[in-house]
Amino acid sequence: MAAIALVVVNSPGWPEVRRSFFDLDRFTGSFPDLARAFLLNVRIFLIAEAIILVTALIVAVMRSLPGPVFFPLRALGVLYADFFRGVPTILVIYLFGFGVPALGISGIPRSPLVWAVVALVLVYTAYVSEVYRAGIESVHPSQEAAARSLGLSRFQALRFVVLPQAVRRVVPPLLNDFIGLQKDTALVALIGPVEAFRQSQIKVAASFNYTPYLATALLFVLLTVPLARFTDWLVARDRRRQLAGRAA
Amino acid sequence: MTLLRVEGLRKSFGREEVLRGIDLAVSEHEVVCLIGASGSGKSTLLRCVNLLEPVDEGRIFLKEEELTARGVDVDRLRRRVGIVFQAYNLFPHMSVLRNVTLGPTEALKLPRRAAEERAEELLQRFGLADKRDEYPDRLSGGQQQRVAIVRALAMRPELLLLDEVTSALDPELVGEVLALIRELAEGGMTMLIATHEMSFARETADRVCFLDGGQILEEGPPERIFSSPQELRTRRFLQRIVAAGRLQ
Ligand SMILES: Nc1ncnc2c1ncn2[C@@H]1O[C@H](COP(=O)(O)OP(=O)(O)OP(=O)(O)O)[C@@H](O)[C@H]1O
Ligand SMILES: [Mg+2]
Repeated sequence: MAAIALVVVNSPGWPEVRRSFFDLDRFTGSFPDLARAFLLNVRIFLIAEAIILVTALIVAVMRSLPGPVFFPLRALGVLYADFFRGVPTILVIYLFGFGVPALGISGIPRSPLVWAVVALVLVYTAYVSEVYRAGIESVHPSQEAAARSLGLSRFQALRFVVLPQAVRRVVPPLLNDFIGLQKDTALVALIGPVEAFRQSQIKVAASFNYTPYLATALLFVLLTVPLARFTDWLVARDRRRQLAGRAA
Repeated sequence: MTLLRVEGLRKSFGREEVLRGIDLAVSEHEVVCLIGASGSGKSTLLRCVNLLEPVDEGRIFLKEEELTARGVDVDRLRRRVGIVFQAYNLFPHMSVLRNVTLGPTEALKLPRRAAEERAEELLQRFGLADKRDEYPDRLSGGQQQRVAIVRALAMRPELLLLDEVTSALDPELVGEVLALIRELAEGGMTMLIATHEMSFARETADRVCFLDGGQILEEGPPERIFSSPQELRTRRFLQRIVAAGRLQ
């Protein structure tokens, strides 16, 4: 780390880079506007996250239904997950953000922002549903058998016995995906809405100074750190519990 | 009066026929033990009776109701038959009390209060009252298995199926579980028990069935099966058991 820093600081271009990326006055000057724009990122993130938690669970359950009767639902779930994990997020945002409003269908929102959020939800639902599914499959079938043997329906067994155990196990990878989602809220900028990244682009264009990018990066990191530390804490706690469980 | 009647039951896993025409009747208040080598089909038979495995051929009746009839309400019938597994299969994310009340509140729709009273009474009776708020991983194997039995009993089943409930236990914990089962037998509980504990079968069972290659090769009162078995294969099986020190 120190060596890299030394090389960077002694490079021929460093004075110029320092001037255009690390301008303290511009940093403090642009920060309030950027922070205000960043609130839009936070809002997009919170709304998308709440929806994804539910939709991803539905897709995961669809994919774990047994028997030939549910084959169409399972196939649909697979198709969905494959498609939205395969297509680059940025493309999905373009398709929905520009494509859907352009259709001019009456009665549906025309704002590209709404459709960009829909695109994020669709993409991240595909990722998160895989996480849930891994959790569901990690619960031993004997747990469901025990629940069914008590006369619980398939749905009740899922609700009371399988899902609570599955979700508990996948909280860390789930939070990991949400860190990815936080960052990807910046992609919404590409179709117009002025969130933090877009705001910094505007400021950079006006001043030919790149410091606002750095300020925006800092904002994203500030939001990610608590979530990342929380994830670490959960993982550590689970490990402690497992060790304690084995000792008991 | 006959409580359970199994007629010509057949069951295959892939190309392997595991049950090859089982006929069996269990009267009310009768305790029937299933003995036989590993892989002879004891667990499969019990799982079929509880409809945890689909039956290929044959019919199963509980009193006059046919479990294997088309379009029966499987969940409703399961409530009348309890099963306890070798591996306990308690719900690890629930307290002992919740493990025991889950079936009554969700499947029987008993009010929470009534279900808890019923659970506490059973836990009290089997010496588990002080464990009501513990989680399963904090209990010994013997305690876990007793909770599993209490969980099945809380549904007030007409028939209780026990599948080698002491096989996973350390030798010093076997006694407490067998004592509980004996107490149930004295209380008039109808039970169908798969077991390797021959001395337990000898003193508790009203009737012993020797399962061999998916068929009931020989059945009768325990004194006769254990002292003067008619079939060569029964004799061989018992000799092996004696040699292994499991029957004095
Ligand atoms: N779900 C399954 N899929 C495939 N084969 C199975 C399944 N369950 C059981 N079998 C097979 O069926 C046969 C009978 O198994 P089962 O568990 O009923 O025997 P068991 O008499 O209970 O033996 P044990 O005394 O070891 O418990 C075995 O050969 C086993 O491999
Ligand atoms: Mg078995």
